Amino acid sequence: MHERLLRLSGLEPFTLTRDIPFVNVGERTNVTGSARFRKLITNRDYAAALEVARDQVENGAQIIDINMDEGLIDSQAAMVEFLNLLAAEPDIARVPIMIDSSKWEVIEAGLKCVQGKPVVNSISIKEGEEQFIHHAKLCLAYGAAVVVMAFDEEGQADSFQRKTEICARAYKILTEDVGFPPEDIIFDPNIFAVATGIEEHNNYGVDFIEASRWITQNLPHAHVSGGVSNLSFSFRGNEPVREAMHAVFLYHAIQAGMDMGIVNAGQLAVYDQIDAELREACEDVVLNRRDDATERLLEIAERFRGEGGEKKREKDLSWREWSVEKRLEHALVNGITEYIEADTEEARLGAERPLHVIEGPLMAGMNVVGDLFGAGKMFLPQVVKSARVMKQAVAVLLPYMEEEKAANGGGERQSAGKILMATVKGDVHDIGKNIVGVVLACNNYEVIDLGVMVPAQKILEVAREQNVDVIGLSGLITPSLDEMVHVANEMEREGFDLPLLIGGATTSKIHTAVKIAPRYHKGAAVYVTDASRAVGVVSSLLSPTQQQHYVDGIRTEYADVAERHERAEAAKQRLPLQTARNNAYKIDWTDYRATAPRFTGTRVIDDWDLAEIARYIDWTPFFQTWELKGVYPRILEDEKQGEAARSLFAEAQEMLVRIIEGKWFRPRAVVGFWPANTVGDDIRLFTGEDRAEVLDTLHTLRQQVTKRGGRPNVALSDFVAPQGATPDYVGGFVVTAGPEESEIAARYERANDDYAAIMVKALADRFAEAMAEMLHERVRKDYWGYAADEDYSNAELVAEAYSGIRPAPGYPAQPDHTEKLTLFRLLDAEAATGVQLTESMAMWPGSSVSGLYIGHPEAYYFGVAKIEEDQARDYAARKGMSLEEAERWLAPVLNYTRKQEASNAA
Amino acid sequence: MTGLAKSPVFEALNRAASERILILDGAMGTQIQQLNLGEDDYTGHGSGHACRHHSDHPQQGNNDLLILTQPEAVEEIHYRYAKAGADIVETNTFSATTIAQADYGMQEAVHDLNVQGARVVRRALDRATAEDGKPRFVAGAIGPTNRTASISPDVNNPGYRAVSFDDLRIAYFQQAKGLIAGGADILLIETIFDTLNAKAAIFACIQAMEAHGRALPLMISGTITDASGRTLSGQTPTAFWYSVRHAQPWSVGLNCALGASAMRPHLAELSGVAETNICAYPNAGLPNAFGQYDEGPMDTAPQVAEFAREGLVNVVGGCCGTTPDHIRAIADAVAAYVPRKVPEYA
Repeated sequence: MHERLLRLSGLEPFTLTRDIPFVNVGERTNVTGSARFRKLITNRDYAAALEVARDQVENGAQIIDINMDEGLIDSQAAMVEFLNLLAAEPDIARVPIMIDSSKWEVIEAGLKCVQGKPVVNSISIKEGEEQFIHHAKLCLAYGAAVVVMAFDEEGQADSFQRKTEICARAYKILTEDVGFPPEDIIFDPNIFAVATGIEEHNNYGVDFIEASRWITQNLPHAHVSGGVSNLSFSFRGNEPVREAMHAVFLYHAIQAGMDMGIVNAGQLAVYDQIDAELREACEDVVLNRRDDATERLLEIAERFRGEGGEKKREKDLSWREWSVEKRLEHALVNGITEYIEADTEEARLGAERPLHVIEGPLMAGMNVVGDLFGAGKMFLPQVVKSARVMKQAVAVLLPYMEEEKAANGGGERQSAGKILMATVKGDVHDIGKNIVGVVLACNNYEVIDLGVMVPAQKILEVAREQNVDVIGLSGLITPSLDEMVHVANEMEREGFDLPLLIGGATTSKIHTAVKIAPRYHKGAAVYVTDASRAVGVVSSLLSPTQQQHYVDGIRTEYADVAERHERAEAAKQRLPLQTARNNAYKIDWTDYRATAPRFTGTRVIDDWDLAEIARYIDWTPFFQTWELKGVYPRILEDEKQGEAARSLFAEAQEMLVRIIEGKWFRPRAVVGFWPANTVGDDIRLFTGEDRAEVLDTLHTLRQQVTKRGGRPNVALSDFVAPQGATPDYVGGFVVTAGPEESEIAARYERANDDYAAIMVKALADRFAEAMAEMLHERVRKDYWGYAADEDYSNAELVAEAYSGIRPAPGYPAQPDHTEKLTLFRLLDAEAATGVQLTESMAMWPGSSVSGLYIGHPEAYYFGVAKIEEDQARDYAARKGMSLEEAERWLAPVLNYTRKQEASNAA
Repeated sequence: MTGLAKSPVFEALNRAASERILILDGAMGTQIQQLNLGEDDYTGHGSGHACRHHSDHPQQGNNDLLILTQPEAVEEIHYRYAKAGADIVETNTFSATTIAQADYGMQEAVHDLNVQGARVVRRALDRATAEDGKPRFVAGAIGPTNRTASISPDVNNPGYRAVSFDDLRIAYFQQAKGLIAGGADILLIETIFDTLNAKAAIFACIQAMEAHGRALPLMISGTITDASGRTLSGQTPTAFWYSVRHAQPWSVGLNCALGASAMRPHLAELSGVAETNICAYPNAGLPNAFGQYDEGPMDTAPQVAEFAREGLVNVVGGCCGTTPDHIRAIADAVAAYVPRKVPEYA
């Protein structure tokens, strides 16, 4: 009397009776299937996401599939949150849930949130019987039906034989060993793309349909389900043809016993209403009835394209017909991740060992990439995308390699060398380092990346433990230069002789030659201009034949550079500090009346609109980050780099939209203004307009190089009115795009997507710079208001056409980073913005900008360049620092050898 | 659970259930109220056995604690139910989880409560059986706790949960283990108002049985708390059954709530869909303004007998407000009817 039927429940029961030929599982609440839902979930707009679920139920979905598998989302947390919220909506929660994830942890977390009887999608024998039984037992204990994929230790089943074998095996295990009710088992025997042009694919439709029939006849009470959209993959862009294929396929599959499926119900043609010619052509393909079925469908497909096709031109997919080796190469060179998992899997099935896929076709493809890059035919962003493809391919193989290793203990992949990479202590910038890491990894080097703010001892410790071949140091701010010298000292002291690579924005061949190489005699210290050189440098350093010759060459070159530098510096005449002061920039203050800012003291600004900030982005430095050199927008039309630049720009725009819509960054800023006047080279800030009480003092440094033609020796203090002349003001600011970028980048990295990780960081940097530009404009027009009427275009803003400057401590006009301490104190910047200063005065998060505001129309940016000991002493005394400490911070601009340094070198 | 050897209780229980409608006992609370116990009696510092577990909270009202402090009185109540005709007698452990005992600061007593709770029933039943030779079964009672895993207690934050599945599973596992160790024949998950709590209890019972090495009969009993005909967490009786069916319980049913006649349609629904025994133990009607139940034995028994007459039930008993007299009256009233025939798979 009681039939063994699939019985599920939400708040209300659902029974899959014989009257229901096919259960349509709602797929709109699946982040992998619905771009809209993905966007809502990444934005944490759960209210709107619940509406999507509600719509589905209102439109008749009998079960809703919930999937949160997206690299950028904490899938487990999102699953729990969404299911908990959904439980509070009786009109949605009335239907059963299909908990859909490729990750068991996500499934299990979901199972703990639903009171009804859900379906788990999916489990399989992929990772062996033991794991399968374990998961099945848990599904039973939690009270869930299961979708079982036709996937075993050998891979995904494609033929009728394999599909039925695996399903029969799974059924036996479930019903006999686990005690799983057979009516609660739903098999997914894998729907694959047909009409791909590859002969072996032609029978995939028939294989599925026949497997469905076999399962229905031979595995009592079990059900059959599948994701139908895969079938028509090769007709992407031609929706009418896809819909027809799906309808034809379902028509036959349902007759054969398929009783459940994930289908977009809105996009399903009615079998009988399909044009007879198209229907027959689709049937020929789906049922593999003629050898020329694919060609015939292709022939007529264009005619049925209709409106759907206008939206997007079909991509050229002819390469999909090539051999798997050529396809892998094509995917690597063109950075296409779309098919890489399937292609890698195919290559693995054809290879004797998984390692052979890496050493064979994948390395061959990467060699092509390396050659094209070396020949200047590929550019950095493209190489990083190739690396992403490679990484995802390796991720497919890794489990098999580990399995093989566990089975017979060998089979380590032979890397070309081990490279340790680190951003030095006190510095937080890592975009360049990450790019170099990716490029090296692409070229078969094993990269151990220690991240940012890495102390010297840690670097050396890991270098020793891991027995690395090369150490690479990176840094962006000037104090990092000294830290690199320190690392070199320590390497020398501890007897290292490994090559030491130096890179990063403030590093230079001169600095490496003058300050680092002389400290490290046992090994070679080599400056690496950019990522494109890294491979050449490392391969030369590690080549047994070239090594000695290369190192000797570098040593000679650096000795020469150091000597020439010394001679040039000696030749530059520098003025005594007093003489330089006498030649200061002189502004006539007599008729000058500084505009009073709208407020004095500080103000936090947190009403940032990401879209508005984006309009202020200066794109030229963005291209520089990716080593595409040229000015935006001209670079997009550049003869050589244009194509790479356009593609990079398009992808940056795409991510920009996601950043804005997803509110990925939470920018903050603090700005302040104070009554100010100069005393000598210092700028005094006062607590009030009466200028009686000093609030703090900003210290500036003066150019000491001999000037010709009456040009002045400038210090920033020259642009602020001296005490007694006229009341003046100075401002300061800190802006940050927020700390979110590093977490987002880390998630991309975990998803083997370094390209996106680097992209998001590069964009975060641009956001911070754009915020600084935007804030400066607001300051001029409003907060300070000395240029209330100005109206400049973005290009003019970039070209700094406006009046007033915003010099940043640590940069050429004021090379002393410690002035940031004063600025941060004045603004209470850490509390206001969350930006912190490291021991090297780097700002964390890295995408932050700070500076002073000086409003005088004659103020301009300049470089202090080298200073003499008299100024260092004077500056130390003014700041209340010991000479030694001042010299440490000013090291990059000192025109003389420090005593301590001299004794170290001796 | 498959693969786990079944406890011999199954055979004895099935034999008894095939012969007649089995009788479950009645309320503990009403019987305890009549003892008029004070704080010192609850803690065992006046009469009874001093509780060796310490708590800073007052214990009056912590009925489960009487297992340890007034075991003779508790045993006497169980004995009276057994003599009144109960085949299955529940332990006094409705709130013997760390979650429910947290209100009394008595979490550390939980293991003892469950072990001793089962033992005290066993002693009472052995006495009764020694007198009349009738086999009787100890049902370890597992209550819902005072928290809900699928409903937020905060209306402004519907995604919030005051208790997680894992919290419940851990607490229930501890309880089930104690009950089994104390000799419970059956585990009875009762008064289910949130099915997710019950699913955590089922998960825990499976774990405890696996640890024990034997499968025990599991009884599952939900409660329909309002006229909508749904559980507090919103499920219909059939949806509720589908949610717990994986436990392959020996019985499923309803208890407590609105009294027997209000229970009837929901019981009929369950009886129609569940391919296992059906158990019903309603309250003695609705509570009056003083929280007392007015239905006397001769009010309740005919309503319950109606379940039997319609062939809806395999086990009947009483919940809040029922007494040994109610149980005797119910037992007498259903004796004339054959038990419901459990449907089998086609």
